[in-house]
Amino acid sequence: MISFFPASRALVPPRSRVSVGVSRFFRRIGWEHLPTVFAAVLIIALIVIAVTVPWWAPYDPVAIVGRRLQAPSWQHWLGTDALGRDVMVRTLYGTRYSLPIVAAVLLAAVVIGVFVGAVAGFLGGFVDNALMRVADVTLAFPPVLLAMAIAASLGPGLVNTALALIIVWWPIYARLMRAQVMSVNKLDHVDAAIVGGVRPARLLLKHIMPLCWSPIFVNATMDVGQVILVAAGLSFIGLSAQPPTPEWGQMISEGASNFYFWWIAFGPGMAIFLVSLSANFLGDALRDFIDPHSGHAA
Amino acid sequence: MPPESVNGPLLDVRGLTVVVPTRRGPREAVSNVDFSINRGEVIGVVGESGSGKSLSMQAVMGLLPRNFQVTGSIRFNGEEICGSSERRMRALRGGRIAMVFQDAMTALNPVQTIGAQIVEMIQLHNAGLSAGELRDRALSLLKAVAIPDPERRFAQYPHEFSGGMRQRVVIAIAIANDPDLLIADEPTTALDVTIQAQIMEIFSRLRSERGIAIILITHDLGLVAGMADRVHVLYAGRVVESGPIESIFREPHHPYTASLLAAVPSIDHVSERLKAIPGTPPSLADRASGCGFAPRCALALPLCATLEPPVSRFGASNVACHRAEDQASLSRMGAPT
Repeated sequence: MISFFPASRALVPPRSRVSVGVSRFFRRIGWEHLPTVFAAVLIIALIVIAVTVPWWAPYDPVAIVGRRLQAPSWQHWLGTDALGRDVMVRTLYGTRYSLPIVAAVLLAAVVIGVFVGAVAGFLGGFVDNALMRVADVTLAFPPVLLAMAIAASLGPGLVNTALALIIVWWPIYARLMRAQVMSVNKLDHVDAAIVGGVRPARLLLKHIMPLCWSPIFVNATMDVGQVILVAAGLSFIGLSAQPPTPEWGQMISEGASNFYFWWIAFGPGMAIFLVSLSANFLGDALRDFIDPHSGHAA
Repeated sequence: MPPESVNGPLLDVRGLTVVVPTRRGPREAVSNVDFSINRGEVIGVVGESGSGKSLSMQAVMGLLPRNFQVTGSIRFNGEEICGSSERRMRALRGGRIAMVFQDAMTALNPVQTIGAQIVEMIQLHNAGLSAGELRDRALSLLKAVAIPDPERRFAQYPHEFSGGMRQRVVIAIAIANDPDLLIADEPTTALDVTIQAQIMEIFSRLRSERGIAIILITHDLGLVAGMADRVHVLYAGRVVESGPIESIFREPHHPYTASLLAAVPSIDHVSERLKAIPGTPPSLADRASGCGFAPRCALALPLCATLEPPVSRFGASNVACHRAEDQASLSRMGAPT
C-alpha cells in the first residue's frame, strides 16, 4: 500500500519535550539551516566563555593541579599536560587569546583594506596604480611565509602576531573593495548624483560605498577560520604567545612533544577545528542570504 | 551669479566637436554641432543610437572623461562653460542645469530613501535650511510630479516604486532647485506607453508652470511632435536639419528626416511592411569626408560622397544637404523617399 503521506511520524512517540521543540524549530526554518544554527550557537557560546571563564573555571590555567600527564577523568575532563596543568581549563582560557586576535586582525585589515581599496578604485590613475602595486607585492608572498617573516622580525608575542597578520591580510580587502567601487561607480545613480552637483568625497561615501559592503562582510566571516589557523600556526612554531600562556597553537606545540598523550593537543585542536568550521558555516549562510544566486540551495 | 543676459538664448552651443579616443586612434563623434534654446522653450534632439545626441549633452554638462576632447563654445546664460572649472560646473549642475536619465530603474540610489535623495539635492544647493523646511520642500516636489500619498512615499526605498513612479522621483530630484534648463535624455524609453504620456504631461506642466526650458533627447518623433517648439535632427554626429516643428514635419528638407518620418508606422495607412531605412549608420571608424547619409540616401549624387554639404537656410529650417530643394518638393508632393 502506497501512501502519499508518511504515516510513520505520527506513530513515533516524542522522545522528550526539548527534541520536539528543536525539530519543530527546524521544520519551520528548514533542516538545511542546521549547520548555521549550530555554528551560531557555538560562536556565541565561545564568546560567553571567553568573557566569563575566570569566574567559574575550577582551576587556574597556569597552576599545577595534579600529577603530570594524567589521562582524561571526571576530575580533569581532558587530562593534565606535561607540567600537570588542566588541559580543559587551559583550552577554555584559550578563547581569551584567539578570539580577540581574530577580531583585532579582521577589524584592522577590513578598515585599512576598505580605505585603500575605495580610494584606489575611486580615484584611479596614478593613485590606483601606486596603492595596488603595494598590495600586489604583499600578495605575491605565500601568506603564512610572509606572516612568519614579519612575526620573526618583530619578535615573538601576541601583539606582534596580530600586526603581522594585519600586514598580510589587508591587501585582500583592498582588492575586493577596489573592484566593488569600480563596478558601482559605473551605475547610473552615480552619474545622476554627479549631475546633481554632488562633491567627489560625498559621492564616494554616500552613493558608492554603501553598495559595496556585502562581499566584504562575507569574506570577513569566511576569514575568521583562516586567521585562527594562521595565528595558531605562528604560535605553534613559537613566534607568538610564549609559555605558559594557554594559547591554542602554543598548547598544540606542547602536545606535539608529548605525542603519545593525545589529550594534550586534543582540546586546543578541537577548539580550532570547531571555530574554523563554524566561521565557514556562518560565512556560507551569509553569502547565500546576501546573494541567493551564488548558493546551491534555492 | 553671473550677469543675466536678458535677450540672448539660455543655452547657446556653437561648433561643438567631441573627439573620442578609440582603439584605432581619435575619432570625431560629434562634429561642429550648433544649437540653442531660449528660456521656457522645448527643443527636441532626434537621432538614432550613435548619432552623438547623448554625447553632445554630456559635453554640455561637462561629464565626459578627460581623454575626450571637447572643443567649440557652450554658453549658458551668456557665460562660457566649455572648459570651465569643476567647481563652477558643480554649482551649475543640479542648480541651474539638471538632467534626467533614460533608465529610471537604476538612476536612484538603491540604499537611500527617496526622501533622503531629494533632500540631499535641495541641501547641496541651499545650505542652512532646517530639517523641517527641507522636508516640506521635498514633499511639495513629490506633489509637483503627481506622486500620490507623498508623506508615505517619502520614507520608501526605490525598489518599492514602479518604473513610472521612479521616473517621477528622478524628475522631482532634477527640478529640486528650480533649474533653468532640464536635459531629458530619452526620459520615457524604458517606460510603457501609457506611462510615457503621463511623464510627458509632467514635462509640459513644468514648462508652463515653472518656465523650465527642456531639451528632449529622443528617437521617438511622436514625443517630439507633441511637445517641442523646434527640432534638431542629428545624423552621424552632425545636425542635418533643424527648424520649427511644423516645417520639419510638414516639409522635411533632408532625405534622412523624410525617411525617419516615413518610418513611423501610421494607423491610417495599413501597409504590410514597416518602411525601414536601408543600410546602417556609419561607424565611428569609417566616417568619410562627404555627407554621412549619402550611402543610404535615395537622392544621393556622386558629389554627396565627397563634399560635406554646407548648412543653408530653406524657409524656416536649416538644412545640410545638397539636394534639399529636391527633397522639399518631393515632400510637398507627399511622396516619402
